[in-house]
Amino acid sequence: MTEFLQQLLNGLSLGAIYALIALGYTMVYGVLRFINFAHSDVFMLGAFAGYYLAPIVARVFPSGSVAGAVVVLLSAMAICAVIGVTIEYLAYRPLRRRPRLTVLITAIGVSLLIEFTSQHRLVFGPSPRTFPQLLDARTLDIGGVAIGTTQIVVFVLTAVLLAGLTFVVQSTKVGTAMRAVSFNEQAAALMGVNINRIISFTFALGSALAGAGGVLFAMSYTKIEPLMGVQTGLKAFVAAVLGGIGNLPGAALGGIVLGVVETFAGGVQGLSNYRDGIAFAVLILILLFRPAGLLGRAQVEKV
Amino acid sequence: MSLLEVRDLHVNYGAISVLHGVSLRVAPGEIVTLIGANGAGKSTTLRTLSGLVRARAGTVVFDGKPIANLPPHEIVRLGLGHVPEGRMIFANLTVHENLQMGAYLQHDRTAIAREFDYVFSLFPRLKERERQIAGTLSGGEQQMLAIGRALMGRPRFLMLDEPSLGIAPLLVKAIFQKITEINRERGITVLLVEQNANLALEVAHRGYVMETGRILLENDSATLRADPQVRSAYLGG
Ligand SMILES: Nc1ncnc2c1ncn2[C@@H]1O[C@H](COP(=O)(O)OP(=O)(O)OP(=O)(O)O)[C@@H](O)[C@H]1O
Ligand SMILES: [Mg+2]
Repeated sequence: MTEFLQQLLNGLSLGAIYALIALGYTMVYGVLRFINFAHSDVFMLGAFAGYYLAPIVARVFPSGSVAGAVVVLLSAMAICAVIGVTIEYLAYRPLRRRPRLTVLITAIGVSLLIEFTSQHRLVFGPSPRTFPQLLDARTLDIGGVAIGTTQIVVFVLTAVLLAGLTFVVQSTKVGTAMRAVSFNEQAAALMGVNINRIISFTFALGSALAGAGGVLFAMSYTKIEPLMGVQTGLKAFVAAVLGGIGNLPGAALGGIVLGVVETFAGGVQGLSNYRDGIAFAVLILILLFRPAGLLGRAQVEKV
Repeated sequence: MSLLEVRDLHVNYGAISVLHGVSLRVAPGEIVTLIGANGAGKSTTLRTLSGLVRARAGTVVFDGKPIANLPPHEIVRLGLGHVPEGRMIFANLTVHENLQMGAYLQHDRTAIAREFDYVFSLFPRLKERERQIAGTLSGGEQQMLAIGRALMGRPRFLMLDEPSLGIAPLLVKAIFQKITEINRERGITVLLVEQNANLALEVAHRGYVMETGRILLENDSATLRADPQVRSAYLGG
């Protein structure tokens, strides 16, 4: 039983990170109907932003403090927001009226560009680095289940970010405009909505969450490298599809489901090498029965 | 002095020319209708005026300002509202949120509250459905919402594209009544596109008849209704 709870806990904290990244995929899909493959690299850049920011922040905030970690997180989020908006502005906006496939291929190109540039020795270099310890490593023992301070911070911050996102999307003017644009761009334009601005805002929001995911991932697993986004990003994308692409609560749920399934698969004797395979098998199974995803509604593609 | 003046408008969809030199004018306070067969280019004309479609050539002057090829959000800001064909309400938002979106460019809270009151007085049904997801409204209610949403932006000039489409005849009468009311009480100038030419010529002061991308006829409504050519082609004998 404690073994089960332990795995569940580990799965949830991995899932929380998938959820943060998955939201960006799903938000961009919501307004532009394409998959921003460069999103996974924004996640990686978030981790590196945290890596370079940590020593600077440590000069002001007591090392190991939660406040310091939050400042690193928020700064990395801001940097990633700017990166996301820039990518959209330079790479995708000029192609707005082109076929989706063109944009999709461009996104793959942007992703490769970031990955290979980052691997250059004048940038981050190809070898993994150890992420600085932002929090004092302490482990609480709750009835045999070990929970680390980092895990707690991951949970709390993810919950705060999800609540904040829900508030922005559901209760603010710009959030309502986002939902309007995602339903019908032309109608939103007729209301006086500057579509480009809403798209920029969407990229800022999604990229900031990916940046947060990057920092939290680095805090949890300590190794970062330029290709770290490839696999994690792919899984987050899968999580977004699993939840129902375009659906925000779906992306969060999909991320958590995938994190938990993957962790349990990895915990079974003799199966741990197949953890990704099993996670994907579960995904295929779910999509067989619910093609639109867990929370997605089957809908006809708009013309 | 006209509020809207369109001169020699040419519009293409890709390589296909759809409007070949449309000219029309609307004076302040008027209700003008644009009638014509399916595919004549009525919706395209409205979509070009509101900036959703780009003109290849021609000028559009609204209140003394050239607006051809401005982006839609800047055209709306000048006071030109458009209730598009097929209503295009935000089916994923509530009725209240749809109306809020209509007031997207308005910042004065008391003015927004006043517009809510006005729209609800015009269409009490919307008040009853305020918290409902708009996608669950009936066709007629959606049309009311589309009109109400456009009114929330406090337009001086309102374009309506086939408000009668897919709505029971009794309700169509009621909606046309409201259009007259909006025009008279609010002084909003109206450009009305309609398949139902009979009804359109009843409420409009003047009309244009469009055929395959051109304006064929222009006259006051009474004259158009008496015109044998119009009668046989658009008024069912
Ligand atoms: N997006 C588009 N791409 C290509 N052709 C289009 C497009 N929209 C309209 N057309 C064509 O342009 C012409 C004019 O269409 P438009 O919708 O303006 O006509 P309409 O007068 O509003 O017709 P209806 O009464 O059926 O609404 C039609 O021949 C139509 O097929
Ligand atoms: Mg039409």
